[in-house]
Amino acid sequence: MTTVLNVSGVNKRFGGLQALDNVNLKVEEGQTLAIIGPNGAGKSTLLNVCIGRLAPDSGSVEFHGETLIGKQPYEINQAGVARVFQTPEIFPELNLLENVMIPALSKRNGAFHFNIISRMREEKQIEADAISFLEEFGLQDQSDNEAGTLSRGDKRRLELAMCLVQKPKLLLLDEPTAGMSRHDTNTTIELLKKIKESGMTKVIIEHDMQVVFSLADKIVVLAQGAIIAGGTPDEIRNDPKVQEAYLGEEQV
Amino acid sequence: MDSIFLQILNGLDKGGAYALIALGLTLVFGTLGVVNFAHGAIFMLGSFCAVTTQNLLTYSKKVKDESITYFEAFKEVPYLEIWWGDTGSFIIDYKVPFSILLAIPVMLLIGLAMERGLIRHFYNRPHADQILVTFGLAIVIQEIVKSIYGANPIPVPAPAIVAGSASIGSWIGLGESVVYPWWRLIYLANALVVISAVFSFLKFTTYGMVVRAGMQDRETVGLLGIDIQRRFTVVFGMASVVVGIAGVMYTPILSPDYHMGMDFLVLSFVVVVVGGMGSLEGAVVAGFMLGVLQSFAAMNEIKSIFPGIDQIIVYLVAVIILLTRPRGLMGRKGVMED
Amino acid sequence: MDTISRKGELRMMALFAVIVLLMPIWLIPFGAAYPDLLQKFAIFGIFAVGFNILFGLTGYLSFGHAVFLGVGSYAAVWSFKLFTMNVIPAVIFGVLFSGIFAAVIGFVSLRRSGIYFSILTLAFAQMSYNLAYSVLTPITNGETGLQLRLHDLRMIDGLFIEAGEGLPLTNLFGIKMSGYPGFYFCAVLLILAFYLALRIKNSPFGMALKAIKSNQLRMGYTGFNTRPYLMSAFMISGMYAGLAGALLAVTDPLAGAERMQWTASGEVVLMTILGGVGTLFGPLLGAGLIKYFENIFSSYNDALLQETFSFLPDMLNNLMVGIISPFVGDGWHLTLGGLFMVIIIFLPGGIVGGITMVWRRYMKKRGASAEMEGETS
Ligand SMILES: Nc1ncnc2c1ncn2[C@@H]1O[C@H](COP(=O)(O)OP(=O)(O)O)[C@@H](O)[C@H]1O
Ligand SMILES: [Mg+2]
Repeated sequence: MTTVLNVSGVNKRFGGLQALDNVNLKVEEGQTLAIIGPNGAGKSTLLNVCIGRLAPDSGSVEFHGETLIGKQPYEINQAGVARVFQTPEIFPELNLLENVMIPALSKRNGAFHFNIISRMREEKQIEADAISFLEEFGLQDQSDNEAGTLSRGDKRRLELAMCLVQKPKLLLLDEPTAGMSRHDTNTTIELLKKIKESGMTKVIIEHDMQVVFSLADKIVVLAQGAIIAGGTPDEIRNDPKVQEAYLGEEQV
Repeated sequence: MDSIFLQILNGLDKGGAYALIALGLTLVFGTLGVVNFAHGAIFMLGSFCAVTTQNLLTYSKKVKDESITYFEAFKEVPYLEIWWGDTGSFIIDYKVPFSILLAIPVMLLIGLAMERGLIRHFYNRPHADQILVTFGLAIVIQEIVKSIYGANPIPVPAPAIVAGSASIGSWIGLGESVVYPWWRLIYLANALVVISAVFSFLKFTTYGMVVRAGMQDRETVGLLGIDIQRRFTVVFGMASVVVGIAGVMYTPILSPDYHMGMDFLVLSFVVVVVGGMGSLEGAVVAGFMLGVLQSFAAMNEIKSIFPGIDQIIVYLVAVIILLTRPRGLMGRKGVMED
Repeated sequence: MDTISRKGELRMMALFAVIVLLMPIWLIPFGAAYPDLLQKFAIFGIFAVGFNILFGLTGYLSFGHAVFLGVGSYAAVWSFKLFTMNVIPAVIFGVLFSGIFAAVIGFVSLRRSGIYFSILTLAFAQMSYNLAYSVLTPITNGETGLQLRLHDLRMIDGLFIEAGEGLPLTNLFGIKMSGYPGFYFCAVLLILAFYLALRIKNSPFGMALKAIKSNQLRMGYTGFNTRPYLMSAFMISGMYAGLAGALLAVTDPLAGAERMQWTASGEVVLMTILGGVGTLFGPLLGAGLIKYFENIFSSYNDALLQETFSFLPDMLNNLMVGIISPFVGDGWHLTLGGLFMVIIIFLPGGIVGGITMVWRRYMKKRGASAEMEGETS
């Protein structure tokens, strides 16, 4: 098996706060890694370090053996890493179809492509691609609407479609079901399962334990910036430390 | 040595004006989150308060000029002199300090009206809209002033007693040749007093503390149930008064005309950016710094090495600062970062 | 998608070309069909269309775009002085030099966004303006402005034609570029410029610019390097301004520093906003309206007003004149400033945005009532 993502010895401080404390983790190809932990544990910060939004104070982050540290976000994305944010980052003024076509263009044309010869509406291949992803997420009926008018749950699904249309080698998801109704959560889980079957490597941050245990191959538990436990879902379920730090409150 | 000292002094009075204008801009930007391109126009209105005072005080009657005997000549004698004689002349002579009395309430009213009538509706609009609407307002104010007072600069001299220069050199042992106009010295002192007053108000009154807290984190202060709206109105009024006083006091140094506001505004924005958006201390420091730099750049020795440097020094500094210290000299994190 | 098909595009361009080329006819009833004003419509149309490529698509508000207008004019006049009175090289030089200026200014200014970008561009504009008045006088001829002289070099012309009496005129291979021919030259360039803007707007490149405006952060995480996109937009937009500047010199061969002043930069912002930011026709409409009203308003004086309202009784006449006179003639700028405010307060989408909104509402209402009818029947 090849290691897709290798995080080792990463530290990050915000003023007096140790947001990440010597974090080490590996994600193998095709694997789904879930990161759980209480609010403020540093989960989002960890993803931010992975996609170049934040530079770690020390430590290394490697993707397929190449360091990501010091790279621009667009370089990291071009290398094959896509991310769904905790608060949806979409293009609110553009319609849904355009929202999904844009990442597809970036995948095909690279980081910069000065193309004023062709017309957007004649990019049939890209358009068809985008439509098929919108359909998959049940958003095709709204494809002419402005993305800013969507509900929070729909925005997140749109963002997921925007990431998947790029067929990334590594997908990072920050609480993809937060703010979704039970029904939407379930359809999202189904989707994520389908993505998993296609063999995509994923890192997912999630609070919903049902989602975590039904998707993850491996779980790590983060608390106050440090990894306090890691293993298969079963090992984590039975780990007393984890129950105390995190699961305890939820399972009462 | 003497000339260096003089250049610093020369820069400080201009710097004082920059600092005062930039202080108001920052206050408004930091608390209200509004980018006010009409701020320069308020400065100009302050100057025209002095012009108006001068016009009012010297309102005259035509009387026969007795000194000319071989034909019938008339001269204008201000009513004040007719009524009160020397006291009247005295009041006229001191029109600039007196006009502050007019400027404070007038500028306060203008500020309040502007905030209530216009600025308030732009708190939640994009910065581009704020820039544009206040830009439009600046043009309107400017044109109204032009249609009332004409396009030419109107001299408003300082009181006669301070018309000359202070021999600063002999005070501090640099020789008699180092002299400096009294009024500029007064301007500098005035700037320092106003700046201290603003800082004390913000630091030592509860009102000011809320305003400062609002500059740090507007939403939280709003959540505390404090009537932010009213305080914002007051802050805007205060900023207008500050910049108005800056304008009144500057009239003896630069005869006001209708477009002086824009000239100063562009520079003051540069000052704010150099000091750091949202930092009051930064605005003051950068104001004085740029004023002094500008006066150094105007020295012939420097101009002969870098021709034209005096024309662009301020902008050049701004470009360099913005590129190397994106937040300015003392800017806080998170202010206008996106 | 709000883009149009190839056929629709063609139809639109044909219609546009007809409208522009027939301006000398259909503007007659408006009293605006004389060459000087028509040239201005076309030239400032180009300026505004170009400005809109930057501000409308990327949302970056430049407050120093008039610099490029000035540079274009200076370059064109120098081309007349040094090489030839033919306008083609002048236009090429104007575009080229403004492109170079835009590359330099853009390289620095685009490191920041939002209000910082606006202030950086403003700072560069003020620098250029101040320099043009002072140390660059050998190039710009300072306050007098750069003008043609009888004894200019005109290297290329000198090879072919004998120097005549008086100042030579700008020409396009012998066709004099004043009056109507000058207008048609500008009009053709306007049509080309408009077509290019249309293609940019509907291209993947234009889509990327719109996405940068909408969410620049997301663009980065989507794999776009936004800097070269912004840089291209800035340069294209600067070159449009340069073209406009060169055309100003083509129709009237002189160039002055006041063309670069921030008021001129503010004017193009106003044109774009008045017509409708980000729309295709808006900036053109804005440019046209402002130049039209500037022309009409600033030519009015009190005597003319008295005459206009002479049908009214004396008292009313005086009243009307009293009300209106501050806004016309020298007061035109007051009208402009007021207009600026009114548009931003009440109609942030500009005229075209306003019309679109009304149209959509009307369509919706019709759609809704049609549905209702469908249900009842
Ligand atoms: N840019 C930042 N600056 C300062 N503190 C931050 C920043 N980002 C996150 N933090 C702090 O780091 C801690 C971890 O945050 P985060 O990674 O978002 O936690 P979570 O596990 O809930 O996703 C929190 O205490 C948060 O306040
Ligand atoms: Mg989080």
